[in-house]
Amino acid sequence: METEALTDVSLEIEDGEFVGIIGPTGSGKSTLIQHFNGLLLPTSGKVWVDGVDLTAKGTQLRLIRQKVGMVFQYPEHQLFGETILEDVGFGPRNGGLPEAEVVERVRRALAYVGLDFEELKDQSPFELSGGQKRRVAIAGVLAMEPSVLILDEPTAGLDPKGREEILDEICTIHKERGITVILVSHSMEDVARLADRLIVMHRGRVALDGTPVEVFRQADTLKSLGLGLPQVTELMHELKAKGLAVNTDILTVEAAEEEIVRVMGGQR
Amino acid sequence: MRFRNLTIGQHIPGNSVVHRLDPRTKILGTTLLIVLLFAVDGFIGYALAALAIAAVVHLSELPWRYVLRGLRPLLVILLLTVGLNVFLTEGEVIFRLWFLTVTREGLVRGLMMGTRLVLLIMGTSMLTLTTSPIQLTDGIETLLGPFRRIGVPAHELAMMMTIALRFIPTLLEETEKIMKAQMARGADFQSGGLMQRAKNLIPLLVPLFVSAFRRADELAIAMEARGYRGGQGRTKFRELRFQRIDAVAMGLSIIFTVVVGILF
Repeated sequence: METEALTDVSLEIEDGEFVGIIGPTGSGKSTLIQHFNGLLLPTSGKVWVDGVDLTAKGTQLRLIRQKVGMVFQYPEHQLFGETILEDVGFGPRNGGLPEAEVVERVRRALAYVGLDFEELKDQSPFELSGGQKRRVAIAGVLAMEPSVLILDEPTAGLDPKGREEILDEICTIHKERGITVILVSHSMEDVARLADRLIVMHRGRVALDGTPVEVFRQADTLKSLGLGLPQVTELMHELKAKGLAVNTDILTVEAAEEEIVRVMGGQR
Repeated sequence: MRFRNLTIGQHIPGNSVVHRLDPRTKILGTTLLIVLLFAVDGFIGYALAALAIAAVVHLSELPWRYVLRGLRPLLVILLLTVGLNVFLTEGEVIFRLWFLTVTREGLVRGLMMGTRLVLLIMGTSMLTLTTSPIQLTDGIETLLGPFRRIGVPAHELAMMMTIALRFIPTLLEETEKIMKAQMARGADFQSGGLMQRAKNLIPLLVPLFVSAFRRADELAIAMEARGYRGGQGRTKFRELRFQRIDAVAMGLSIIFTVVVGILF
């Protein structure tokens, strides 16, 4: 049985953007991102990365994949190395880098996810805790030093603290290295807080595309697609319905606090 | 990707008489056929057995090419068997070709062996073509039932088969996922020499084994949580029942096997 997973998707993602992709299960998010590094090729249409047409014959997809790093769901399930150094260094080593450079990159990649190279390099990745395994796996992609980083639900199955830390680390990498980040998530809170652009997928099409404020203004459309608003935004909508003259373009708890204080007359 | 179209087993669903037979009838019938093929000696016997198989194929309403397709993977063995028998049997020489001698006895034996193999493959593939893996394991479980007293773990064997079959697609999916993830890190599964390629498989096989063990663990816990305690006192949702048609099929098979086996 053939089904069309993506239809009429036309997107342009700029260098240095932080894009969030949301959508209900089966809306084509995972299929879409696998087109970004040539793991899947479109049956019709084109994909361009840095001016290179991935669908053209003879395109070196391995080079593209060094440039567009992809962290799959539950990336710790792909760990295989005897040591963390071997596992995290897998990507750069495949890229043909000299061993000294590989080690340097592993050191940097581990630092980005808050892990200590000296302490961990000779350990087996299978001895780590769940959250640490996830970090090592993400470091395995970061070690290729891609200019685009795609993450498919990087916080799925982690505890709240682990989620927070990983998201903060991604945010830091985005800011410090200026790389493009594409984050697929089910959490409205996460994408609202982090992304500067949101793409909403529905049944293989782009349903909405804009800044988080613009997208979350379309509360009715989102609900009809089976998606919700971030909880604070929902709260602001309800306050407004109860007669409080608040601005509903609020996406974080901090902003909500400020807005409520402002409306209540500046007194805490 | 490449695994999407892979079918598990060769079962082709249908609603013919052969499909509707009890799996036990089909397993026993196939066993009889195997015995018969080793018992007969002479082309008339083989011709009759071939006729019987043809009748079953006709009744199953399956296209012939499915039945013949089962021969393809065994073509090499088939040719080797026929060749060795033709060239290496001593006897009355028909002709010589360089160092090869063909004898009358060799020719007859090679042809007989070849026919026997072809009929064996076709007969047994009729069983797997018309019986779903689940029915097959159910059948095997009940047939092994009487041997439980002498220590054959019939239920456990059947359960193992069922679980193995159930997890083939899951593991294939997992393989595809891990392959993609490693390809995203620049892994190459296609090029290089044999040794290099085998080495390249490590990043695929290690995670696959880890996840298979994890899954096995989770499945065991899930089964125990739902009260699984082996075959004792376990009832079945689909119970096997012999129908009149099974009696007819069984009777015909036995008569045919005995008559042909003794006469030819």
